[in-house]
Amino acid sequence: MGVGVRLEHLVKGAVWDCRMCGTCVLHSTGMTCPMTCPKTLRNGPCGGVRENGHCEVVPEMRCVWTKAYERTQQLPMPRVWREEYNDLRPPVDNRLKGTSSWANLFSGRDKQVPAGWKADT
Amino acid sequence: MSRLAEVLASGGQVFTAEFPVIDGPNMAKVERAANRLRPWFDAVNATDNPAATAHTSNVATAIAMQMHGLEPVLQIVCRDKNRLAIEADLSGAALHGIENVVMLTGDDVTAGDEPETRRVFDVDGPIAVRIARTLRSGTYLSGRPLSPAPSFLIGAVENPAAPPLEYRVQRVAKKIEAGAQFLQLQICYHPDRLEQFMAGVVAAGYDIPILPTIVLVKSARPLQFMHDKVPGIDIPQGTIDRVANASDPAEAAYQLVLEQARHALSLPGVRGLHITDFRNDDTLERLMTDVGREPRYQ
Repeated sequence: MGVGVRLEHLVKGAVWDCRMCGTCVLHSTGMTCPMTCPKTLRNGPCGGVRENGHCEVVPEMRCVWTKAYERTQQLPMPRVWREEYNDLRPPVDNRLKGTSSWANLFSGRDKQVPAGWKADT
Repeated sequence: MSRLAEVLASGGQVFTAEFPVIDGPNMAKVERAANRLRPWFDAVNATDNPAATAHTSNVATAIAMQMHGLEPVLQIVCRDKNRLAIEADLSGAALHGIENVVMLTGDDVTAGDEPETRRVFDVDGPIAVRIARTLRSGTYLSGRPLSPAPSFLIGAVENPAAPPLEYRVQRVAKKIEAGAQFLQLQICYHPDRLEQFMAGVVAAGYDIPILPTIVLVKSARPLQFMHDKVPGIDIPQGTIDRVANASDPAEAAYQLVLEQARHALSLPGVRGLHITDFRNDDTLERLMTDVGREPRYQ
């Protein structure tokens, strides 16, 4: 593991319980890591959210996406980030797991999607 | 174009249903269920391990339904399949002329009877919808062509009653963007929430046929079960008590269902109903008649 990856994991792991997916979308989820959702959903809350806003799978935990929604509304952040909450996010590139999302952001690697993803418009 | 696509395009009322689960070599059950459902429904969902329990596969069930004159809606759930398996289901369905699909995230494995199972969720419901649209455009997700391209009618689901309530309407936009052409809703025992959801969809101008789900039950017990065990379903205690304390619970349960069906059909933006029948008695026909649905298919 390189220094950059260690540093990123140290910071983001401590603050956001980062799972090092390598394709960070924290800015668009109210700084709430979607990979902490037990179903690792990237596109919002499932239909199983409990009446109290807690997770279907882990009843004592607040739904990650409910939390993300509230934080997106409440936290001071650029409007463009807030508007990205409902974006359709592509499938995760599992090859990037454990790599630095900062490096992937800088290189543009985290923007690569499967060729078929955008073929149909 | 599938029959369901034609009915949707015609602007008419649409009724779909849930096909009962099949276990093992029980084609007789398929035939019985198909005969029972055929007259009333434009298409019927072949479910994909519903409630996170293993049953005859979605594609095999859909093929068996076709053999018995029922138009299937192939349900594909993200819990048990990665993107390759989802694409294989879609391609396999297309091989057998199955054109209606509904793509959803699905209950977690902990909701079922094998909770020790590894969950997959390689993708989620909206991504799965987009995968179906990608195949329809003539390629797999990788960009590799499949020819001829399948003619899918693509559906999705939404739960109008689960938090965060105010965000659920925006999810409709996301699913339309992904490629959804119709929506089946989770059963909703809060009429006010269904009203708010539909009002939000209409106000936002989202142009997509929506089918709320209605569940036929015979007593308070399945209501209590759904409330306690089915993720995302909340049933007010007063609703359960109304059935439980009635002198004729079966009739009270029917009246509750009829009330829900009529209420749903009265809402702007609702194009029809999706029916799950847990009663398996004569109330399916009674419900259809009471909401003004004529038998349409032989």
